[in-house]
Amino acid sequence: MTWIVANWDQIARYGLQHVWLSVPPIVAGTALSIPLGQLANRYRLSRGVLLSIGGILYAIPSLPLFVLLPSLLGTRILDPLNVEVALTIYALALMLRATADALASVDGQVTLSATAVGYGGWRRFWGVELPLAGPVILAGVRVVSASTVSLVTVGSLIGVNSLGFFFLDGYQRYFPTEIWVGIVGTVVIAVVFDLLLVLAGRLLMPWARPSRRAGRATATLLGVEAEPS
Amino acid sequence: MIEFRQVSKRFPDGTLAVSGLDLVIPARQTTVFVGSSGSGKTTILRMINRMVDPSSGSILIDGNDIGGLEPVALRRSIGYVMQNSGLLPHRTVLDNIATVPLLRGAKRGTAREHARELMAVVGLDPNLAQRYPAQLSGGQQQRVGVARGLAADPNILLMDEPFGAVDPIVRAELQVELQRIQRELGKTIVFVTHDIDEAFLLGDQVALLRHGGILAQLGAPRELLDNPADEFVSGFIDAGRPRSILR
Repeated sequence: MTWIVANWDQIARYGLQHVWLSVPPIVAGTALSIPLGQLANRYRLSRGVLLSIGGILYAIPSLPLFVLLPSLLGTRILDPLNVEVALTIYALALMLRATADALASVDGQVTLSATAVGYGGWRRFWGVELPLAGPVILAGVRVVSASTVSLVTVGSLIGVNSLGFFFLDGYQRYFPTEIWVGIVGTVVIAVVFDLLLVLAGRLLMPWARPSRRAGRATATLLGVEAEPS
Repeated sequence: MIEFRQVSKRFPDGTLAVSGLDLVIPARQTTVFVGSSGSGKTTILRMINRMVDPSSGSILIDGNDIGGLEPVALRRSIGYVMQNSGLLPHRTVLDNIATVPLLRGAKRGTAREHARELMAVVGLDPNLAQRYPAQLSGGQQQRVGVARGLAADPNILLMDEPFGAVDPIVRAELQVELQRIQRELGKTIVFVTHDIDEAFLLGDQVALLRHGGILAQLGAPRELLDNPADEFVSGFIDAGRPRSILR
């Protein structure tokens, strides 16, 4: 406990850095998954190819990727951009399938009716299909958020510091308290991100909240399983 | 007035949905297309707002060939009501009704105000305005669907089995309500159903279709009842009547 108090400045600094390293890959991976997910649904071939690439990308071990990226991107070895790009690749690899499935799950009757009342293709995508895919996309973002927050720690091995620094340092010094600080801190960030995502979902998609009256029906209609409560 | 001139539709899979349809749908009246599944009735309806384009022949609205019109703009000028309401699940009742005016660039406030008036026209409780479609009963959803179809004040209202998915009591209520609205507004309604009783109740003119989208008979309900063109027509009408198997 005294160690935590004594090192609070460093913990806070690395915690904040952890947050800053996590957010861009989650946002970029999700954003990129929207056009690519839509493309994946367009043709049978593009679906097979894109989803396979996504699966393979996710299989690349993170540490070699961090080490390899500087030579591919022309960045310095300690540049945080390497970690950001690598984590964006992983986020995209996970989100691609989630977004493709989310967009495919939108009720065909609703899109048909939107067309019938005069939605053009572009407007229908942004105004009807994407919002209705929202709950399933959000479920994917929650997974990606947790996975990214955890993967950021690996960056400490190549000198891009986050709370992961404390695992490494604590391990080298045989100092369990420091390791615990790293683990608990990472979990706290992941949980806070998750709560913020759920809250954002409630605010942006009030229609998806199961109501007392028709909750079950809504949830099934949206293709989302009701959350255990 | 909507005119079908030798309209046929063959789908890419080879199904002939509509063949050689020649027909006039008079303005400010209700024309009902009735037939069993596979009779092409929904295809006929969807050709009027270019959801489906005919393989041959032409369709004219007030003398203009719609083949030359821009589909999205055409659809915004024609009301459309479908089975299971087809409402947008993520929009409130009010915004669902205001959909078409908003697509046409109306101001949000004006469109919502007008939507509120339409809720009264179709007999919806104003307290439902902020609800989402999933929070409504089937009958209420269909009323919202009708209000949405009327929102841009179109001359033509297309209705694709709008009351097909609600229970008989609610259906009867909605039918009466539609007759009242039609008396007040005098739209050109094109209505599709498989229910001959509904066709006779609502239609000024009934078009009975046989399989493959062939017109079996066209006329006022009385004409079809008194002078059925052939056995198919009389058979279809009789099949809709309750059989007296109960003593």
